[in-house]
Amino acid sequence: MPHRTLKDTEEAVFDIELKLLLEAVYMKYQHDFRHYSVSSLRRRLTQALHDLGFSTLSQLQERILRDATLFSRLFQYLTVQVSEMFRDPPYFRAIREQVVPILQTYPSIKVWVAGCSSGEELWSLAILFAEENIAERTVLYATDINADALRQAENGIYPLDRLASFSQNYLAAGGKRSLSDYYHAAYGAAKFSQTLKSRVVFADHSLATDSVFLEAHLVSCRNVLIYFDRALQDRALGLFSDSLVRRGFLGLGSKESLRFSKHAGSFADFDARERLYQKV
Amino acid sequence: MTPSTDYLDAIDAVVIGASAGGVEALNHLLPALPANFRPAVLVVVHVRSDPPSLLPALFAARCKLPVVEPDDKNEIAGGTIYVAPPGYHMLVEPDCTISLSVDPPVRFSRPSVDVLFESAALCFANTLLGVVLSGANDDGARGLVAISRAGGRCWVQEPQTAVASAMPLGAIARGGVHDILTLDVMTARLGAMVAGTRRQRG
Repeated sequence: MPHRTLKDTEEAVFDIELKLLLEAVYMKYQHDFRHYSVSSLRRRLTQALHDLGFSTLSQLQERILRDATLFSRLFQYLTVQVSEMFRDPPYFRAIREQVVPILQTYPSIKVWVAGCSSGEELWSLAILFAEENIAERTVLYATDINADALRQAENGIYPLDRLASFSQNYLAAGGKRSLSDYYHAAYGAAKFSQTLKSRVVFADHSLATDSVFLEAHLVSCRNVLIYFDRALQDRALGLFSDSLVRRGFLGLGSKESLRFSKHAGSFADFDARERLYQKV
Repeated sequence: MTPSTDYLDAIDAVVIGASAGGVEALNHLLPALPANFRPAVLVVVHVRSDPPSLLPALFAARCKLPVVEPDDKNEIAGGTIYVAPPGYHMLVEPDCTISLSVDPPVRFSRPSVDVLFESAALCFANTLLGVVLSGANDDGARGLVAISRAGGRCWVQEPQTAVASAMPLGAIARGGVHDILTLDVMTARLGAMVAGTRRQRG
């Protein structure tokens, strides 16, 4: 499709300032958002401008370069993702029924939850692996660039009002008990059993700037790549491909596809509907 | 005198937002699009967010054009209808591909009409037509203002003919609307936007 640019408009200036800000953030703080999807960045930064009380991104940039505390506030706008436990239950059911039986053939299993944010996907997998009796020989690596989100993931505490939908998802995903068996409710929050995370490693890792750090049997990375442009998606998928053992599994979000990637040839469909792929 | 609709020759994409009563309106509009319809069509309908969505199959069965629930990074091709997947915002990137997001609902909606319209306005500018149909909230009103500001064209369904008039009325109140039309007039105008009618605006 041909496309036109908006010259001489505020929006065009905003886009220039956006590029400059991301460059400044990278140079000053080594966080690389330069290959994030532009349309979502625009919305998030518009919101940040409003909440932080700046009228232009140039003004914000001027302060960001000198004020690390302000940057850490902006960082939340750029990174924070809210998910649900067992989001898209059929995905977790497919892992339970189709992937686990194959993982069971390995003496030890490594799982990478890439871009784990506040940990909903991680805890879902930890519960699933415990129920399938392979938790004892599994190490889960949960990585994210946001230290606050990682801490939340590690704490495993979620507002009680979110638990009804988590619980519904859990059952729809083939859960064998009651989700409430895994958490303790108090003060309007649910804290998940700490024994579940005894074999979880939480680590700061960037899909944009870091390299491969483990040999994995399963990489689960859901609704993270949608925030990346194609170049960065390719970089991340390259890391997953390099990280996975032959016949290892890659799970993506329900609307994320490998077919636009140069790494498509490194994977075969395992369950195309649930976006589960197997490294060839 | 009939107002000029010459601008339609330059349209590359049509974005449509609908909510309550919107599926009926779309069932009127989309099947009427001819097989050689030239622009791309991107649709946001508020539905309960339990995938899989039944809408693409529902529309596909009646439409002459292909109906797609896009994946992230899908190219946007003319003569194709893209329906936002439930639970995701659908946005247009500057390179005119689709991107999806699970950012929080905007004014209680995900997908949000405003999110689609505002991002599409920046990509398609004066080659975009925005259409707001029946609905019981004011999603789309801000989006039409953005389209209008970017030089695009904005239509709403005539409120008296909509099952729920709040969405058309909200859009009119925000001031981004060029034409208030019945579905039949919309259908007739869209029906003329076929291959071979494209004209570069000078």
